[in-house]
Amino acid sequence: MNIIVCLKQVPNTADVRIDPETNTLIREGIPNIVNPFDLYAIEEGVRLREEFGGRVTAISMGPPQAAEALREAMGMGVDEGILLSDRAFAGSDSWATSYTLALAIRKLGACDVVLCGKQAIDGDTGQVGPGIARQLGLTPLTYVFRIHSLDPEAGKIVVERLLEEGRELAEGNLPALLTVVKDINQPRAATLYDLRRSFRVGIRTWKASDLPGADPANLGLSGSPTQVVRIFSPPGRKGSPEIFSGERVEAAASLLADRLLAEHVL
Amino acid sequence: MGLLKIDKEKCLGCGACIDACPYGALDLVDDVVVVNEKCTACGACIDACPVMALLIPRLSGGDAERLSAYRGVWVWIEQFHGRMCEVSAEMLGQGRRLADTRGTALTACVLGRNVEHIAGEAVSYGADHVFLADDPLFESYRTIPYAGTLLGLVREHMPEIFLLGASARGRDLAGAMAADLHTGLTADCTGLDIDADTGLLLQTRPAFGGNIMATILCRDYRPQMATVRHHVFELPIPDRTRQGQIVRVAPALPEEKVPTRVVGFTEETETVHLANAKVIVAGGRGVGSAAGFEPIRRLADMLGGAVGASRSAVDAGWISYAHQVGQTGRTVRPDLYIACGISGAIQHLAGMKTSRVIVAINKNPDAPIFQVANYGIVGDLFAVIPALIDEFKKRLAVTPGFGAEAAEAVLTRS
Repeated sequence: MNIIVCLKQVPNTADVRIDPETNTLIREGIPNIVNPFDLYAIEEGVRLREEFGGRVTAISMGPPQAAEALREAMGMGVDEGILLSDRAFAGSDSWATSYTLALAIRKLGACDVVLCGKQAIDGDTGQVGPGIARQLGLTPLTYVFRIHSLDPEAGKIVVERLLEEGRELAEGNLPALLTVVKDINQPRAATLYDLRRSFRVGIRTWKASDLPGADPANLGLSGSPTQVVRIFSPPGRKGSPEIFSGERVEAAASLLADRLLAEHVL
Repeated sequence: MGLLKIDKEKCLGCGACIDACPYGALDLVDDVVVVNEKCTACGACIDACPVMALLIPRLSGGDAERLSAYRGVWVWIEQFHGRMCEVSAEMLGQGRRLADTRGTALTACVLGRNVEHIAGEAVSYGADHVFLADDPLFESYRTIPYAGTLLGLVREHMPEIFLLGASARGRDLAGAMAADLHTGLTADCTGLDIDADTGLLLQTRPAFGGNIMATILCRDYRPQMATVRHHVFELPIPDRTRQGQIVRVAPALPEEKVPTRVVGFTEETETVHLANAKVIVAGGRGVGSAAGFEPIRRLADMLGGAVGASRSAVDAGWISYAHQVGQTGRTVRPDLYIACGISGAIQHLAGMKTSRVIVAINKNPDAPIFQVANYGIVGDLFAVIPALIDEFKKRLAVTPGFGAEAAEAVLTRS
């Protein structure tokens, strides 16, 4: 089986805070991490190889330091890491990102399964996975929380998908692109042995000129239909709150209960 | 990187842009700002610069004539087992407003099996036209036949704006369609407006885990596609007397060309009714343990509400993900949201700040949650909640756990 995992290095947005004085992001000491949802994709890819044999390749697009994320994936058992890094890729939105990743996957030759996390925590769009599937004509299976069965001979995969109303059991033809949700597995920790291997083997870097068929007009900022035109702090709510001191808890609770009944929200 | 241009003559070296940059892509070298490879051309620094020394050169404007051929606002109507999803009705409300502003028509796309009644509902929620694709092929949502059929309609009729709910299916469909059309797609918008000067769709969404808001434009590609999460916009009031035109369309491809089959569905017996709860009592880091959620449950039960949680409480394993409210959890807008021991990280506020009345209970008077609250009690939640339960007990004359019906009955009488 030829398995490909797409991943993204992201700033850990859970640690981001706003400076109340200046209303700007406090980003000091915020580490870059592998997008948490992609860890599940890496784990699932390694498990598939353990069961069916073959090879798992991780691909990431980003600046040179995104190689760290690929090393972590190799530390978890991925065979090879490929970094797509070129000034021409900078400023990519979700369309240009899926275009570029699709070109790289095509260059790697025939694959059976492509795995992505359901979304990245910095952009939260969840659009790159479905985009890659469409670009490459792979069977799209999104929000997968369990691979029920996979038969490489028959070219079939059966997965459970997590939707708003419940779990859908869906069968699809291979090759397929799966985006996976948090509950699919428990990602393993990177091992020292595999991390050492990642440094020995190294991470391959591909530039735009390494991607056959890449149309410069479709890469990076030029290939991105969307443009961010303004960034601002989230607006607060109007008015100031009525605060009851909790020193005398019963009195505060009594006042609050009166106010809430008067608001007719109960 | 070559994206951001810095006018070294104008730059004062004040560092305002460095503070504004979410990515740490700017540094001060010899009193002049320089940009490194972390720059994503997000534009956050542009507004921060007091002397306009920063610029992101954009591509030249699109072919105006080509773009003006695109007209109308479309909404994809999501349905499950023959019922229109609420988010689609909310989208029709927004679509109606945008279509009126643009002086154009609102079109609903209804795909499914035995869903003719939904076409009528779409009209009552504001659609002028409905494309109705009623066929066994569309029994369950599947990406390929749904996207294929809608892509055919979009290419033929060329809408200017295409809106979808940001549900699992909506995101799946939007991602596939935008890839095929090579057009812009903005996920999870919290604001949709028409720019008065250009007529472009101003798409505002949280980014960076909800820590900042971004307004996004799709200038040169059509349709301008956007998704919006459930409960972000209000549900419009349907008008059953409205008239609209319903046009039947055929599937764009036969079953043999579809690479997926839905072979089963297990509906979740939803134990957490966050989405439609009128009252939510939520706990965060301050709750301290799984057992700490007990008083929160008791208060929620007594008020006939649901239990919510912040991401820290869920990540700590005290309560399941189904309870999570926020950017990566559910978006809710109950009548009453009681936040207990929740500090109010922006990613949490993004999921609940449109609630009608917000109550914050927190030990720390400086917790940001108080800034969005209507009422607050500064104190230990383990002392405040039992006191609140006692006070409600007196006023509602019900016993804890007796449920909403009893409380409602008492209130209706009083």
